[in-house]
Amino acid sequence: MSSTATAIHDHDLHDDKPVGFWRRWVITTNHKDIGTLYLIFALVMFFVGGAFAMVVRAELFQPGLQFVDPQLFNSFTTMHALVMIFGAVMPAFVGLANWMVPMMVGAPDMALPRMNNWSFWILPFAFMMLLSTFFMDGGAPAGGWTMYPPLIFQTGDAFPFLIFSVHLMGLSSIMGAINIIATIMNLRAPGMTLLKMPLFAWTWLITAYLLIAVMPVLAGAVTMLLTDNYFGTTFFDAAGGGDPVLFQHIFWFFGHPEVYILILPAFGIVSQIIPTFARKRLFGYEAMVYATASIGFLSFIVWAHHMFTVGMPLAGQLFFMFVTMLIAVPTGVKVFNWVATMWRGAMTFETPMLFALAFVIQFTIGGFSGLMLAIVPADFQYHDSYFVVAHFHYVLMPGAIFAIIAGVYYWLPKWTGYMYNEFWGKTHFWLSTIFVNITFFPQHFLGLAGMPRRIPDYALQFADFNMMSSIGAFGFGATQLIFLGVVIACVRGGERATARVWEGAEGLEWTLPSPAPYHTFSTPPEVR
Amino acid sequence: MSYRTLKQASCSLFGLLASFAGTAWAVTPSKLNMPRGVTEISHEVYGLHMLILWICVVIGAIVFGVMIWSMIHHRKGKRESANFHDNLRVEIAWTIIPFVILVGMAVPAAKTLIKMEATGDAEVTIQVTGFQWRWRYDYVDEGFGYFSNLSQDSNEARQMDSGIDLAQVDNYLLNVDNPLVVPIGKKIRFLMTSNDVIHSWWVPQLAVKKDTIPGYINEVWAKIDVPGTYRGQCAELCGRDHAFMPVVVIAMEQADYDAWLAERREEQAGEAEALASDRDWEMGELMARGEGVYMSQCAACHQPNGQGLPAMGFPALTGDSMSADATRLAEHIDIVLHGSRVNPAMAAFGRTLNDLDIAAVITYERNAFGNETGDVVQPRDIGAAREQ
Repeated sequence: MSSTATAIHDHDLHDDKPVGFWRRWVITTNHKDIGTLYLIFALVMFFVGGAFAMVVRAELFQPGLQFVDPQLFNSFTTMHALVMIFGAVMPAFVGLANWMVPMMVGAPDMALPRMNNWSFWILPFAFMMLLSTFFMDGGAPAGGWTMYPPLIFQTGDAFPFLIFSVHLMGLSSIMGAINIIATIMNLRAPGMTLLKMPLFAWTWLITAYLLIAVMPVLAGAVTMLLTDNYFGTTFFDAAGGGDPVLFQHIFWFFGHPEVYILILPAFGIVSQIIPTFARKRLFGYEAMVYATASIGFLSFIVWAHHMFTVGMPLAGQLFFMFVTMLIAVPTGVKVFNWVATMWRGAMTFETPMLFALAFVIQFTIGGFSGLMLAIVPADFQYHDSYFVVAHFHYVLMPGAIFAIIAGVYYWLPKWTGYMYNEFWGKTHFWLSTIFVNITFFPQHFLGLAGMPRRIPDYALQFADFNMMSSIGAFGFGATQLIFLGVVIACVRGGERATARVWEGAEGLEWTLPSPAPYHTFSTPPEVR
Repeated sequence: MSYRTLKQASCSLFGLLASFAGTAWAVTPSKLNMPRGVTEISHEVYGLHMLILWICVVIGAIVFGVMIWSMIHHRKGKRESANFHDNLRVEIAWTIIPFVILVGMAVPAAKTLIKMEATGDAEVTIQVTGFQWRWRYDYVDEGFGYFSNLSQDSNEARQMDSGIDLAQVDNYLLNVDNPLVVPIGKKIRFLMTSNDVIHSWWVPQLAVKKDTIPGYINEVWAKIDVPGTYRGQCAELCGRDHAFMPVVVIAMEQADYDAWLAERREEQAGEAEALASDRDWEMGELMARGEGVYMSQCAACHQPNGQGLPAMGFPALTGDSMSADATRLAEHIDIVLHGSRVNPAMAAFGRTLNDLDIAAVITYERNAFGNETGDVVQPRDIGAAREQ
């Protein structure tokens, strides 16, 4: 992309970056700028969704109602989930992919740059629409992010805005996914065969296929909600011959692949970082690729384990139990391979490595509780209790989000050309790890002792652990301000980063100078 | 070690744990762990839970142990990094071994699940219906049923800034006005359905959690071994007051249960007589009855003081509302019977309450909270309104 209209050509910028906010950011087609936009957007949403979580934890700090009405509480839990899933984690992964995938496979840009621009710029509007529902008659959606009918039909004026914002998020995700597939399939450098690609590119390729397969399913499900509510259809209304459980089946047919969409790119990030800091090649590269693909495949046939209590036939329950347990095999392979990569390496523990190692341990804890949840008779006790809340937060927060943070620290010098402050990075790591475990570990106990999820008030025997959990959450929330500070400081300046940045880093992206020039690999590199 | 010895070993491990727990645990639930419960099934579920927990703990200890050992000993400066990056035999081993462990867990889990799904040969059948936000229990064989609401003291204490010391409230948020009463030692079948949205009926001590879904009848069963009071909650998000519809089950010896049933039958007979009689009811009688109906059916939204929560779309019943307006009696009867045509939160109580209760609650609303319409509504007025 050239800036023909700009008279000023600042050579200190190294490149012909377009000048002015409109040209540089709004109509940009540059994968690095769009990646930056995605990452900034994700960070903003991380704080918005985090603020909602702070309200939830403040209300749960002690028994009794102190701050928010139960209905508003339900809105906060619902919006926390929607914002964190669709606004923070998914855009953060797409942002990382935008920045890194073209550089990793030796491509000059994403394959479809204009669509790339569009897929990002849909998001701010989708979320403005979603967040504006707080000010509507009837309040923000309060039926849970899973939007189960008939409850979701009790949403006030927010209802159509919820549906359309989900449509927009889906549109954005699908376009992002198409772009990643097109880039990886068509723009790899000569010699960069699929099985030479870095694992981050691989996990994103598989994630992109999952997105294309399931986002339309979600769009279909919420459209059926829309027509049920406004146009007299009865897809989910038993009184009209419909079936409320049908929605749950459709939703989770989207929803289970979705949870892997939220974790597979994290696997990819960690698989880049651990070999770098262990100064040793990734153990079992091909096994890792096949394990990722197996997880992707299995994700399509386990959906009903989210709804064991709806009363399925015995055969169905047995099938979904066995297949769900099977996921532990490829997931175990990944964990074992990470450990084997570390084994007899020469490790150092910079901030990205710390976050990556914490990811492996904490994600595995979430994986263990996931295995427990697969055991149907026990699931009848765990289901919809705080045990489930602990489980999915362990895989998402100290799991996916730790991996994203690890990736940011890992690639930040490549993006900005400066090293971040290692002391504050490590401080951020240790406080985050301590607080996140204080927040979520006690929730296992709460769930086992019988506390249901999505409640604003609770019986007195749950008071101690809730208070502990709230203190952890406040600490974790405050700690993320350190992250914000470290990132801003690193963008503004610091110690100059070398091209390779990390001693053990391997791959095409580390052959480029830091910061990476505005246009890279205009001439494809040779990969041998 | 053969499967048999493994099984014996794990059984004795359970035995050890169970003896630590003691029988007191069955009644006083732990703050840390799943209750062992009071049914044979709940014991099996607890056993599965502990089995898989220990398997996870052991695997975790090995994996994290190796990781931490590596972190300590394989640092830069201590040695050069090794060069290996693949080993097919190792990969196959750590694929097969977890698979075998999984099969070992799947077998007992499937056995228990099959037992849980065998709902035949029930001796007592109870229909559980979820409402926003209360439960209704119908004794199908006996032909009577009743609503079960959050108890009044909890309901008052749980209001925003109520100022009530929650520790003084009897089983805060886990107590109801009319608990479900069942006999011990009998196979009880629960038929689960819902009147509005999806709820989920959960009693941890019985290892029973089943969704109540409009248009569905789900089945689940329990055979309780120990008399006692077992508490649980709604587990599926069902709207604003999801947290405030607890489940309380009282399990009795057969003789006590029979006595309770006889009492209930007598009450039902009296109720039927009252309903059948075409006499005029006094204001005082209707007010007393109406207050009870109001507190159990209406107070959650319109509040015990009738002031509602206007911000939430729950209007006050005072001021210029229809309940305070002597000219709008017909409208008042209509909205209670058929629900609101504009506000879906106002349910149609004609389906769930009898004429006497509706007459009583309307009379109460029109003459309480400072309303002074002086209207006395008779059951036959409601009957007439139903005919229209």
